[in-house]
Amino acid sequence: MSDKTQPSAGQRFLDRLKARDAVRGAEPTWIAARRQAAAARFEAIGFPDKRVEQWKYTDVRRIRDGEFALADDADFSPAQAAALTLPIEAVRLSFVDGVFAPELSDTGALPAGASVEPLTRALSDNHEAVGAVLGRLTGVEFSPFAALNTAFAEEGAIIRLAPGTVVETPILLQFLSRAGEQPVMSHPRVLIQAGARSQATVLEHYVGEPAAANFTNVVAEAVLERGALLTHYTLQESPLDDLLVRSLQVEQGRDSRFTSFTVNLGGALVRNDLVADLNAQGAEANYYGLFFAQGRQHVDNHTLVNHNAPLTFSNENYKGVLGDRARGVFNGKVVVKRDSQKIEAHQSNANLLLSDRAEIDTKPELEIYADDVKCSHGATTGQLDEDAVFALRTRGIDEQTARGLLTLAFAGEVMEQVGLDAVAERVELTVAGKLPERFNLGGLVEAALLDEQAFEEVPGHDRND
Amino acid sequence: MLEVKDLHVSVDGKEILKGLSLTVNAGEVHAIMGPNGAGKSTLSSVIAGKDGYEVTAGSITFEGRDVLEMEIEERARAGLLLGFQYPVEIPGVKNIYLLKAALNAQRAARGEGEIPAPEFMKLVKEKLAFMKMDPSFLQRAVNEGFSGGEKKRNEILQMLVLEPRLAMLDEIDSGLDIDALKVVAEGVNSLRSEERAVLMVTHYQRLLDYIVPDKVHVLLDGRIVKSGDKDLALELESRGYEWVQEESAA
Repeated sequence: MSDKTQPSAGQRFLDRLKARDAVRGAEPTWIAARRQAAAARFEAIGFPDKRVEQWKYTDVRRIRDGEFALADDADFSPAQAAALTLPIEAVRLSFVDGVFAPELSDTGALPAGASVEPLTRALSDNHEAVGAVLGRLTGVEFSPFAALNTAFAEEGAIIRLAPGTVVETPILLQFLSRAGEQPVMSHPRVLIQAGARSQATVLEHYVGEPAAANFTNVVAEAVLERGALLTHYTLQESPLDDLLVRSLQVEQGRDSRFTSFTVNLGGALVRNDLVADLNAQGAEANYYGLFFAQGRQHVDNHTLVNHNAPLTFSNENYKGVLGDRARGVFNGKVVVKRDSQKIEAHQSNANLLLSDRAEIDTKPELEIYADDVKCSHGATTGQLDEDAVFALRTRGIDEQTARGLLTLAFAGEVMEQVGLDAVAERVELTVAGKLPERFNLGGLVEAALLDEQAFEEVPGHDRND
Repeated sequence: MLEVKDLHVSVDGKEILKGLSLTVNAGEVHAIMGPNGAGKSTLSSVIAGKDGYEVTAGSITFEGRDVLEMEIEERARAGLLLGFQYPVEIPGVKNIYLLKAALNAQRAARGEGEIPAPEFMKLVKEKLAFMKMDPSFLQRAVNEGFSGGEKKRNEILQMLVLEPRLAMLDEIDSGLDIDALKVVAEGVNSLRSEERAVLMVTHYQRLLDYIVPDKVHVLLDGRIVKSGDKDLALELESRGYEWVQEESAA
């Protein structure tokens, strides 16, 4: 990514870093060196402004000009945490304002060959393993936020799967945001090392107290070795004043498959970067995304697939729903390197605008330097089908419910791909519940889910059909 | 039950209905026939409340209520239901959601609570079987990828579940093969009762072999120019519309 300099803008962040460095205990020299290099990089470039192409549509002044402390504890009432936690059986690591919370975590259900550790512990017990992944994919030049994350890196998670290890239980990384006297920031680093033929599902869940207004800056890196299968979910239901910048970079070996679901429902300002490098034949990346923004929410999704080898495959489907004065950005780029023949890349972005003042900037980009490829891309933006609204109303369904049903239906195509029932239902209910209150579809969806249960004896019925 | 008086309707400034009057009583089945462009679909669209139709004069009352003052959904909840000539596809909205939401809206309007899930499923399964439709229809999106016949069956299924007081069927026979027509007709006939009425708009007499009307009306150039019993339909079938036109001009 290109950067433009704005040296003075991030001074407050550098001051925080200095204060943090002063109280930090001894650490391996490699990480201290990277920290220093990252801080120097950030000092040199500062926060991006609109002149930076990658940040043209996303104004980060709310972050730049914010006054964010670092949290120094992970206190969270268990009852409150339980209310926010996804009802799903999972191997769980929880972070409260970025700080690891052992009492809200449970890694008991892991099979041999799999390890899921908080980064703090891994750095003290086994720092070489961390050093092998941290920064391997996401360098400090990736973005000013990546540099900032590296400069502050100490919290986060490292997930390691030995060759052939299959983890059936989803691995849940839960990021809880607290409402406190002063906004805080956190810079979690997530590292995933999936050995050959290993298999796992990782879920990042962002949620918090409604009055929170914190800044979370995540960098995640995942290495998939030959034949590894990783399904990765991001379920972002952050408090509506939270600010979230996250990136996930993936390196894929031969015959590996990476499937990503990025669901954005909350937050005031959200930026996601998703990058996959398909480095050997047979590697496959699937990106599914759903964003739903209202009020003055701003959601930016930047995705990139690099077809670096022949016979690699990618498929992308992002859907956006924007109401009120919400703003969405979708930038999906596919790069096919020279000699990456016989690749297949498909991309689609469809957006639904529920109000005249909502806005979407969508830009699919294809860069192809090979000649024997199969690629498609398309972007559409539209409103609800008024004929369908009318048809539903002629059945006695009020206009708001009709619009709500059609909105839910629009999101459905992506939601149907979600394999974790708990996530699918949460998303469905949240999307329904998040429709303007007057739509009030929550009850309907809940009822329909119950109906489906009551319906199980009917032949030919399948919840996922 | 339904009273249409001297109805004048324009579309884009062009007058389509020019003083149409019609009375439908409970227990009756009416058929409105007429050539293309006579205004048949306009009548049902106006009664259902579709946008783009300007009522310049006249009135429509349903059980004493002024239909033109009612919201689209209110009309449906009051028991006035339109079966579309070209049912719209609604991707992503499952039939089961539509039926449930519609039925509960109607119940709420009557001051009743939501239908319990088992009762709802029992009702829907029974109606599906009657329409010879596979239960998997319920999990499919409304009309998406349905054949013409399936769409029409689905319209009737909705009627059977919602039990309208007045069912309006706009060219419900178009695009149906004879087997599908029989199933659709059986569905409509099952709706007939002393409390209910059916108003069909059709091009072809064929439909009326299976749904025998009490009254047949000829709609020409925006007005009902002749009314009779089912024999009138047969006469129209053999003689066309021109003689009616000449008779009414005379």
